[in-house]
Amino acid sequence: MTPVLSKAAIGIFAATFALAMTGSTIAPVNAADPGVSDTEIILGGDHPFSGPASAYGNIGKGIGAYFDYVNDHGGVNGRKIKWIDKDDGYSPPQAVQVVHQMVEQDHVFAIFDSLGTAVNTAIRPYLNQNGIPQLFVATGATTWGKDYKQYPWTIGWQPDYQAEAILYAQDIVRNHPNAKIGVLYQNDDYGEDYNAGLKKGLGSHQNLIVKMASYETTDPSVSSQISTLKAAGCDTFMIFATPKFAIQAMVFAAQQSWHPLTYLNNVSNAIPYMNAAMKAAGPSAVNGIITTIYLKDPANHARYAGDSGMKEYNEIMAKYLPSADKDDGNYLYGVSIAYTMVDVLKRAGKDLTRKKVMDIATHLTETDNPWAYPGVVIRTSSTFRYPITQMIAAKWLGTDWSPTGILVDTRSMMTTAEK
Amino acid sequence: MHDLAQQIVNGLATGSIFASVALALVLIYRAMGIINFAQGEMAMFTTYIAWQLVTLGFPIWAAFAITIVVAFVGGVALERIVIRPVERAPELTLVIVTLGLFITFNGLAGWFWGYIVKPFPTPFPTSPIQIGGVGFSAQDIGIIVVSLVTLGLITLFFQKTKLGLAMKAAALYPEQSRVLGIRVGWMLALGWGLAAVVGAVAGIMIAPVVFLDPNMMQSVIVYAFASAVLGGIESPIGAVVGGLILGVVLNLLGTYVDAIGNELRLAAALAIIVVVLMVRPSGLFGRAKVQRV
Repeated sequence: MTPVLSKAAIGIFAATFALAMTGSTIAPVNAADPGVSDTEIILGGDHPFSGPASAYGNIGKGIGAYFDYVNDHGGVNGRKIKWIDKDDGYSPPQAVQVVHQMVEQDHVFAIFDSLGTAVNTAIRPYLNQNGIPQLFVATGATTWGKDYKQYPWTIGWQPDYQAEAILYAQDIVRNHPNAKIGVLYQNDDYGEDYNAGLKKGLGSHQNLIVKMASYETTDPSVSSQISTLKAAGCDTFMIFATPKFAIQAMVFAAQQSWHPLTYLNNVSNAIPYMNAAMKAAGPSAVNGIITTIYLKDPANHARYAGDSGMKEYNEIMAKYLPSADKDDGNYLYGVSIAYTMVDVLKRAGKDLTRKKVMDIATHLTETDNPWAYPGVVIRTSSTFRYPITQMIAAKWLGTDWSPTGILVDTRSMMTTAEK
Repeated sequence: MHDLAQQIVNGLATGSIFASVALALVLIYRAMGIINFAQGEMAMFTTYIAWQLVTLGFPIWAAFAITIVVAFVGGVALERIVIRPVERAPELTLVIVTLGLFITFNGLAGWFWGYIVKPFPTPFPTSPIQIGGVGFSAQDIGIIVVSLVTLGLITLFFQKTKLGLAMKAAALYPEQSRVLGIRVGWMLALGWGLAAVVGAVAGIMIAPVVFLDPNMMQSVIVYAFASAVLGGIESPIGAVVGGLILGVVLNLLGTYVDAIGNELRLAAALAIIVVVLMVRPSGLFGRAKVQRV
């Protein structure tokens, strides 16, 4: 083949090339990935601002407040964060739609802190096919840490539900070997994850489970389930339930004069919820309940009065969300997870690509998150993708959670792809 | 035996929740012949008003009284402003309007008061009551008693007062009533006001049990519909009996029929309702429609 180029063709080629060259000098060097310019990083997220899980919408607002705060202090490596947070109503189809919108129309750099197991499962294939980071999803399902080979662009943040249940199970085996366990659980993936962890942790002692009672989120009350567990002779009560049902469970148990040793999953352990149960059924409804903690609790004014992180949180809230209820732990969750996000962006440096951010998110050792429980280190590696694995057991004594024992690391219990 | 008794008591307590909301649904149905989908959300919204008053320092009973007045005025105003323009529109339009109200009230409550679950003060003592090993709370008794009192007042109102009779007439025979000098439009507005009051009472009674949040009524309303239909949608006493039956049946199915369990008990209960309606199309207490041919 003898390529013969006319002078004209060469001219056009040269002109195009020159144009391309000038183009590349005008555009920022890191224009490879959408959502990043010299002055801005666009992050997208979706939260339930309407519908049954709207309480969690405040996480998104907390994130927004922290980004505003960071932007007012110079941003990240000279760039401001633009936070686009859409309402998904806690509904997977709606989430898929808003995520498509954010990726294709708003050209976000990454999706950050989408909330809910079902929601994140629904958007995960699309984001992974297109190489868009799905960072620090707000759910504790095991799949985020376990299935990273199939979905390398997805990573969780908060402790795994199974790990939490394993901790409770170990406590039972160690300290209450003759327990008769009754379980109240939400009949979905979230509840099943807790059940799986409980069984895993009990190991050969699974026969300690006497009765399991499920509820649907459409149930108006769980009083019947509580009676069933009580009637089965259970003396140990696992509450694997979202806040409203967890409060009801504590109240109904007390009203039926059932006072088992109670373990409460940490998604429902915020102090306002405990106070709600206490107000309705008296202190005996909540005293002695065991849970786990991995973040500081903004409603625990006594314990964190002199804490510098809490002081900063209060300042951020006062300035950027002045009318919000600071005691609502959802805001603190948002601020804390946004800190990790900003930390990752900072470490990624000026030259920002999706690949690089994902790399850093999966090789992270963050020891200084101001809102993590003291001592909790957020740590990942390319083969270990459960960022928070440390928790401390806490007991409700009178007016707040008293941490008992030491910070436990559930790292060795987690299922990784290798195992 | 204790267990069975306990499950029945629990069922009656939950059923009384359904019954109290079903009563409000029946009232609107009697006045206008439509189901008000926003009934639950209106009740939730007025409950927040009561909560706000208590938070401001009003005693619970005072808050209760003020809320009832606010609910009545609000219900009347709603009919005058939102429903009146579409009063003569097809039923479907009205249904869509009530769905719109549903979303509006839910959104407004979230906007004003946030979505975090709040405790609602109970006007009754909180210490548990034990009779023969069966535990319940004074609140449970309270809900049943208040529902029955409400039912009694409604019955008296419709049977013994001129206004009640006029309302009944306006709903059944609007044209004739107009000729007789009854202001049919205002009767409808009064119907909405009354339903809002009954809803507010229900909300305030229920909130200490299911806890206050903007979505507190969304699961209750489905069961309330079912209760009202089971009892006969036009019958207040049917609504109460239907609610209590539904509450007990749900618990017994969930607890004692292993194949059904808590997962399928709603489906099973609804299936039973369908069967009942096949036998008695107008519900347990509804009057069968008789037509001269």
